[in-house]
Amino acid sequence: MFTSTAEAAASVADPSDFIQAPPIAKRTPAPPLIATRPPRNDEALAEVLRHPGIWRRGAAARPKIDVEPTGNASLDARLPGGGWPRGALSEILIENDGIGECSLLLPALAALTQAGRRVVFVAPPYIPYPPALADAGIDLAHVVHIDAADADKHWTAEQCLRAGCCGAVLSWMPRTDYRQLRRLQLAAETGAAIGFVFRPLGAARETSPAALRVQVSMAESGPRVEILKCRGRVGENSLAALLSA
Amino acid sequence: MLWACLRFPRLALDAIRIGEPADREKPFAVIDGPAQRRHIVLANAEARRSGVRAGLALTAAHALCPELSIASRDPAAERQSLASLAAWAYRFSADVSIAGVDAILLEVGASLTLFGGLASLLRRLRYEVAAFGFDYSLAAAATATAAHVLSAQADGIAIPHAGPLASALGAVPLATSGLDAEAIAALRGMGFRNLRDLFRLPRAELARRIGPDALDHLDRMRGLVAETLKRYRPADRFERKLEFSFGIESQGALGFALQRLVRELATFLVARDGGVQRFTLVLGHERGASTRIDVGLLAPQRDAIALFDLARTRLERVELVAPVHALTLVANDLPPLCPLHVDLFDTSRREALDWPALIERLRARLGDEALHELRCVADHRPSRAWRFAEVDVESNRAKTQSPSVVPAKAGTQRLASDNAKAPDSRLRGNDGNMASAFRKRPFWLLPKPCVLRGELAKILAGPERIESGWWDEHDKRRDYYIVETRLGQRAWAFVPAESDTGWTLHGWFA
Repeated sequence: MFTSTAEAAASVADPSDFIQAPPIAKRTPAPPLIATRPPRNDEALAEVLRHPGIWRRGAAARPKIDVEPTGNASLDARLPGGGWPRGALSEILIENDGIGECSLLLPALAALTQAGRRVVFVAPPYIPYPPALADAGIDLAHVVHIDAADADKHWTAEQCLRAGCCGAVLSWMPRTDYRQLRRLQLAAETGAAIGFVFRPLGAARETSPAALRVQVSMAESGPRVEILKCRGRVGENSLAALLSA
Repeated sequence: MLWACLRFPRLALDAIRIGEPADREKPFAVIDGPAQRRHIVLANAEARRSGVRAGLALTAAHALCPELSIASRDPAAERQSLASLAAWAYRFSADVSIAGVDAILLEVGASLTLFGGLASLLRRLRYEVAAFGFDYSLAAAATATAAHVLSAQADGIAIPHAGPLASALGAVPLATSGLDAEAIAALRGMGFRNLRDLFRLPRAELARRIGPDALDHLDRMRGLVAETLKRYRPADRFERKLEFSFGIESQGALGFALQRLVRELATFLVARDGGVQRFTLVLGHERGASTRIDVGLLAPQRDAIALFDLARTRLERVELVAPVHALTLVANDLPPLCPLHVDLFDTSRREALDWPALIERLRARLGDEALHELRCVADHRPSRAWRFAEVDVESNRAKTQSPSVVPAKAGTQRLASDNAKAPDSRLRGNDGNMASAFRKRPFWLLPKPCVLRGELAKILAGPERIESGWWDEHDKRRDYYIVETRLGQRAWAFVPAESDTGWTLHGWFA
C-alpha cells in the first residue's frame, strides 16, 4: 500500500513519465520517496523545453533577425540583431534633406552591391550622384534608378520588394498611409528585401507597420539617430545613438 | 509510320467563340445558308438542350429557343484555327498535315522515343489541346487515312499495328468511311452496311462499282498503297485576329481575348523554337478605325504567362476610345530565343530568373524610359560626371566582368576620344594634389543648380575650383564649397565666378 503511493507520487513528480515511460520502470523496486532524479530526466526535460512551442521568459535567446550591418558599430550595437532588418521595412524620418540620412545607408548598400545584390532607387527626389556612390564603394552595375510618377511610386516599390531579386529598395514617400506601408512591409517580407522608406519627421506621430523606425536629426556634434520603434530588443542605453559624422 | 488524327467536330462553333466563359452558358449556334433559308450548322450544349439541332431552320430554332444567340459560319476563322492547331502540332512531329476542313494529321511514329511512348504522347496531346478550348476526338493508326476515318467513329481509338487495323476498319459504317456521298448512296442501295462488306468483295468488282478513286481510298486506309499528304509548313510571322460579335468596352473582357491570342502566340513560338521581342496589338473599332499598341521587350521571350502579363499591362494603360470589335496580334519580328544561362549551383539563381521579368513588368507600366542604371563619366564638371545607362538584363556575373568606368579621380581615367585627351592631361599636369580635392562628393546632385536659400552657419570646406570644358562650349569655372545651413543641412554650393548672385546650391550631403 505504501509502496504503491510512493510510486504514484514519484511518477507524478517525474515529468519524464509523461513523455516516455518505459514499462521497465514500473517493475523496478520502489524508490525511497522522491529523492534523486536519474540524469535522464534532465535530458528529457531539456528535450521538452526545446520544443518551439514552449517559450520561457528570461533565459531565452533573442529571436534571430536576419540583418545587414549598418557599417556603424555604435548603431549596430543598438539595433536589434545588429543591423538593418532584412525582409522588413525600415522607415527613416527626417526633417530636412542633407543631414546625412543617406550616408547612413551607404556602407550597407556598398556591402549589398559588392555581394551582387541589387539596390533600387525608386523615384528619388534628386539624382543619387554616381561619383559619390562609387566613392562609397557601391558597385554601380547593381544600382538601378527608376523614375515613377507619384501615383506609381508605391506600386513600383512594392513590385521591387516583392520580386525577391532586389537586395534593397529605397523610396521617398512624403505622402503615404498605413495601408500602403503595410503593403510594402508585406512585400519586403515576401521578397526578403530591405525596404528603406524616407518620410518627413511629421510622420513620426502616425502609427506605422514598419519593423524599424529611426529618426535622423542634426545635433551639435553631428547627425543623431534615434530609434523610435523596432522589433526585438533594443541594445543597452539605446534610444539615442550618436553617429560620428 | 504511326499517324495520329485530331478531328475537331465542333470547329465551326469553337473557332467563332471568343473564349469568354459567359458564352458557354448561353444557348449559341452557328448558322449558314442563303438569307432566305438559314439553318443551324452547330449548336452548343445549352442550345441542344432546348432541342436545337444541326440542319434545323433558323426560324424553327428561334421558336424552340427564343434566347438563342447566333453567328454566321466563318470558314476563314475555321481555317485560321486549324492552321494554328497545326502550328501547335508541329511541336510533336515534323510531319503535320491538314486533312479536310476539320482535322489535322501528325506522324507520331518518329516522335515516340522523345515523348516517352504512344500512351504518354497521346495523353500530352489531349492535355494541351483541351487547354485551347477545342472539342476534339483523337485516333491513332498505322495509316493516315485510317486514323482520319477512325477519329470520326469515336474518341480514343489507337491501333498502332496493322493486324487489328483491318478488323477495326471493317466495323466502320459506310456513312463515316470517308467515301464520297455518291459512292455511299450507291453502296447503300446495294445493301452494303459497313467497310467489312466492301473489303470482302473482289477488287475488280469493287472498282467497277465505286470507281478507282474510292477504291484507292480503301487501299490507302489499309496501307496497301502509299499515301501522299500535303505537309504543313509553319509560317515565319504571326498574325491572329479575333472578331467579336459585339463591341467590347471593358478592359476585363478584352483580357480574355488577349489571353487566347497570347497563348496561341506562345505555342507558335515554341513550335518555331523562337522568341518574340516586339509585337503589336491592334484594337479594331467600327468603320475601320483602330488603335495600335506596341509591346516591346528587352530580350526575346516566349513564356505565355509573362507575355500576357506584359501585354495586358500595356493594354490597361490605353483608354478605350470606342468599343472594340476585333483584336489582332501581329508579330513580324521573331528572333531566335537565347535562353538565359543559369548556373546549376548558383546561389542567387532566383535572382537571375526574376530580374528580367521584373524589369519588363516595370517598363510595361512606367514606360520604356523609366529604368536606368547610373554610370560615372570621366569629366570634372559635376553635371557631366555621370550619366544614365540602359538597364541590362544580362546576368550579374557577365556585368561584373565588363570593365566599368570609375569616377574621374585625379585624372586616373583617360577619355577615349582624341579631342578630350588634351584637356585631361593638362589638368593632371597642372594640379598634383587633385586627389584630395576630389574626395568629397555629395550624395544628392540637383538636376539644375539653384539659389541656396536660408542662412549659412559655416563653411566646412572649400574652395575647390572646378574649371573644365573649354573644348565643348560648356565651359564651367566654379569654386565649390561644402557649407552648413542653420538647419544643420550640409550643402554643396558654389559661387559663380563671374556673377554676383551669391551661393548656388548644387547638391546635398545627405
